[in-house]
Amino acid sequence: MLIASALLSLPLLSLFVIAFGRWGRAHSVAYAGCFVAAVSLFSGGLEHLGGVWGAPSLVLPIGLPWLKAHFRIDNLSALFLLVVNFSAAVASAFAIGYSAHLPERRRVTPFYPLFLFGMNTVLVADDAFVFLVAWEFMSLASWLMVLADHQKAENRRAAGIYLIMAVFGTFCLLPALGLMAGPGGDYTFAAMRLRDMGGVVGFLVVLLTVLGTGSKAGLMPLHVWLPLAHPAAPSHVSALMSGVMTKVALYGLIRVLFDLHGEVGWQWGAALMVVGGVTAVMGVLYAVMQDDLKTLLAYSTVENVGVVVIGLGLALAFKADGENLLAALALVAGLYHIVNHSVFKTLLFLGAGAVISATGRRSISALGGLLNRMPWTGAAFLVAAASASALPPLNGFVSEWLILQTLFKGPGLPHWAMKFGVPVVGALLALAAALAATCFVRAYGVAFLGRPRSDAAREAGDVSFGMRMSLVVLAVACVVLGVIPVTVTDALSHVVQPLTGVSFAVSADLGWPWLSPVSSHRGSYSGTLLVMVGLALFGVVVVLVHRFGTEALRRSDAWDCGHREDIPQTQYTGPSFSQPLRRVFGGTVFRARESVQMPPPGDDSPARHSVSMIDPVWDGLYARLGLAVEWVADQVNRLQFLTVRGYLLMMFCTLVFMLLVVAMRQQS
Amino acid sequence: MTAVLWQMVQVVLVVALAPLVTGWVRWVKARLNGRRGASPWQPYRDFYRLLQKEAVVAHSASWVFRAAPYITFASVWLAACIIPTFTTNIFLAPAADLIALVALLAIGRFWTALAGMDVGTAFGGLGASREMMIASLAEPAMLMVSFSLSLVSGTTQPAQIVAFVLTGEIGIEVSLGLALAALFMVAIAENGRIPIDNPATHLELTMVHEAMVLEYSGRHLAMVEAAQMVRLTLFMALIACLFAPWGMAMPGAGPVGVTVGMLAFLAKMFILATALAWFETAIAKMRVFRYADFLGGALLLGLLATIFLYVSEAV
Repeated sequence: MLIASALLSLPLLSLFVIAFGRWGRAHSVAYAGCFVAAVSLFSGGLEHLGGVWGAPSLVLPIGLPWLKAHFRIDNLSALFLLVVNFSAAVASAFAIGYSAHLPERRRVTPFYPLFLFGMNTVLVADDAFVFLVAWEFMSLASWLMVLADHQKAENRRAAGIYLIMAVFGTFCLLPALGLMAGPGGDYTFAAMRLRDMGGVVGFLVVLLTVLGTGSKAGLMPLHVWLPLAHPAAPSHVSALMSGVMTKVALYGLIRVLFDLHGEVGWQWGAALMVVGGVTAVMGVLYAVMQDDLKTLLAYSTVENVGVVVIGLGLALAFKADGENLLAALALVAGLYHIVNHSVFKTLLFLGAGAVISATGRRSISALGGLLNRMPWTGAAFLVAAASASALPPLNGFVSEWLILQTLFKGPGLPHWAMKFGVPVVGALLALAAALAATCFVRAYGVAFLGRPRSDAAREAGDVSFGMRMSLVVLAVACVVLGVIPVTVTDALSHVVQPLTGVSFAVSADLGWPWLSPVSSHRGSYSGTLLVMVGLALFGVVVVLVHRFGTEALRRSDAWDCGHREDIPQTQYTGPSFSQPLRRVFGGTVFRARESVQMPPPGDDSPARHSVSMIDPVWDGLYARLGLAVEWVADQVNRLQFLTVRGYLLMMFCTLVFMLLVVAMRQQS
Repeated sequence: MTAVLWQMVQVVLVVALAPLVTGWVRWVKARLNGRRGASPWQPYRDFYRLLQKEAVVAHSASWVFRAAPYITFASVWLAACIIPTFTTNIFLAPAADLIALVALLAIGRFWTALAGMDVGTAFGGLGASREMMIASLAEPAMLMVSFSLSLVSGTTQPAQIVAFVLTGEIGIEVSLGLALAALFMVAIAENGRIPIDNPATHLELTMVHEAMVLEYSGRHLAMVEAAQMVRLTLFMALIACLFAPWGMAMPGAGPVGVTVGMLAFLAKMFILATALAWFETAIAKMRVFRYADFLGGALLLGLLATIFLYVSEAV
């Protein structure tokens, strides 16, 4: 009831803003309304995850006359309701202060509640019809917000590419769900669960689902729209698109592969692991080269989606081989990373939003020294950056630890492809985690530390109280989710229990604060204990140093090996920080070429250093695809200039062809 | 209860021993170079002297610059408390495995790199950028070593690996040799030793770690150097623990066993420190962009160690 009324209130809020959008106060009211709705949905999800009500379902006579709409909330839906609405509540609270400065807010606020409505309805859908309609709501509402700042050409391009990829995703999902419904056309999820699809149809269903949900989640090479569209939207929307909408897409993937589709072969698990590993490494390699703060964060989302998909692929492979316990463990690891990424990525994007509203700049090379001027935003962003770099004791580390632990069991699978493939995927995952740390040291170091590189950064001030508190809440969540991992994994084991058929506790062996998958001999981790001992050691160090040493401290100019200069441009910038990595990886992956143009002797113009890079996915795949589409269109274009005779001939041929088809159908 | 006691001993031991190990390496290097060298106890005196000096902090520095040395030191210290040195019977042994250990070391690197960028000088950024490049290759290599060790022994817990090796269920394996080589290369990179980095250099073009901590002075510098020393001790202890655990006391060992374990640990550290000094004297430093080859090699060795396990299983 709570969930239903909260869901229904969202479209009403949208209508309210459309009616009263001229008054500034209406926007704040709408965001406050979204906050309340998200909190209600969150508490509704919490209640269901607690298992008080089982899996309630609801049938409503909505839609076409002979169709009904089915809704159901099981543990998986409840978990994703929590994920979506925690971030949504914080982002809505942030938006109350943030949207006041947006020039185009009348193009954003009306669609924001619809976006939340779409995402939440996907999660509670129990038939293909509701699922797809809600999925499109989610896509189109977010598309409209990407297009909000339509004056800029790059935003229009981003929205165009996003629309194409969204259509492609639905284009794949529609037949996938249709094939699962079968010729009988029973489109409810309950009927799909019971159907035995057989080899070819089963294969097509998995392929189309991976393509459809993968394009929304940002799997390589379907990710191209993501780093364009996520940054184009206002930051509170980017936060939800990156932190949450990609998770709704992964929900679709999990729902189909683990729930609706009974038998998925281990080969699909292996394929997902490879795709996930490549996505993770490539995503973070792109991220480390970006200068725009929000684009960098969007590429980091691509990386994290890859990490989650490694976990999901591993779970599929284990499940196909009957290793249900390990499958459950891998699924818990993947879900844990979903939860963690939604929290820290929302925080990072909202932090980027705070930086943008304080300075008006998105390029990290124009920032610098913000930590001294925006202490709250800076501290919260640091927590998220450390979490994204997989540093203990924060949450990002725990889930990567779990995924690695499960990967280390992968060679136990009987297939040689897995035995040799799993270490390679492990190396890719480790590489991605290490590069993520580089990426966030670079982003944080250039934007928040050092000296300001522009007047905008020099004169920045911290954001309003409400916005700061939103960031603090998320930062606290990052710490809590990392320090009490066992509580989280126990909750997640309820979620995976219906999907894998085993109930287990990750802490079974050693008890509460110890995370010990499989057994305590295999490997264990206790974030709680590490934090306590670490803090104790830290305290001892500080006390001892101040007890036996002097406390004198002098502020002075930087020493810098005796070079004295006051030009902030001499600091390391984003591109210079990533130069070593560009030399190591960029040469092969991005075909990065550096060139130095020296002026001839006697000429006093400056020497110039330039770097050229290509985007292998865009230039290698999409640009060629675009050319191919244009070529085909040109060929088809000729059909518009035929003679009457020609058109008649075409009609005749078509008629003959159709008759042949009908005749063959009747024969068989 | 004994686990807590030995844990306390280890907490003190790793910090107390670390300056001596570094001092010893410096002294042996000096002798090999034909110099007299400072006494191995010199690092203790340096540490005390630095504590007495005032700390100078640049105007542009934020709290990150002042907090980083303490956080780095505490995280490295914590990591060093977890590796079994003289006994596996320590309280914190199950709190973190090899994967968590890699991540604990990453905390220190993260903060040191941020501190390098905090003052806003070109050198700090240069050091941070190079350090992160090295780490982004060394960290996966170390995880690959953990992977192959976990395949051999069925665990990622150092204490359990020690128990596995000491019970003698393992012969000489090619993959263990490859893993040892990879771990050795990682240890050199992580500690900034020759041929990756030179701890004694202040030549602009070659600095990595020194460039990041160039702005530090007084007690902050003392913490930074202490963290370096503990990290060196930690990696030596890790190599000794994983590949030569002989002599280490197991749970249930009496005072005699623990004494033997302690003596064995000290002997191993002595041998490793001497070997490091000899190695550093024997080879020259690499150019910065050759690091990728060196560490990529370590990563591949780690992978090969895993693959070789299947080959030896299949034969």
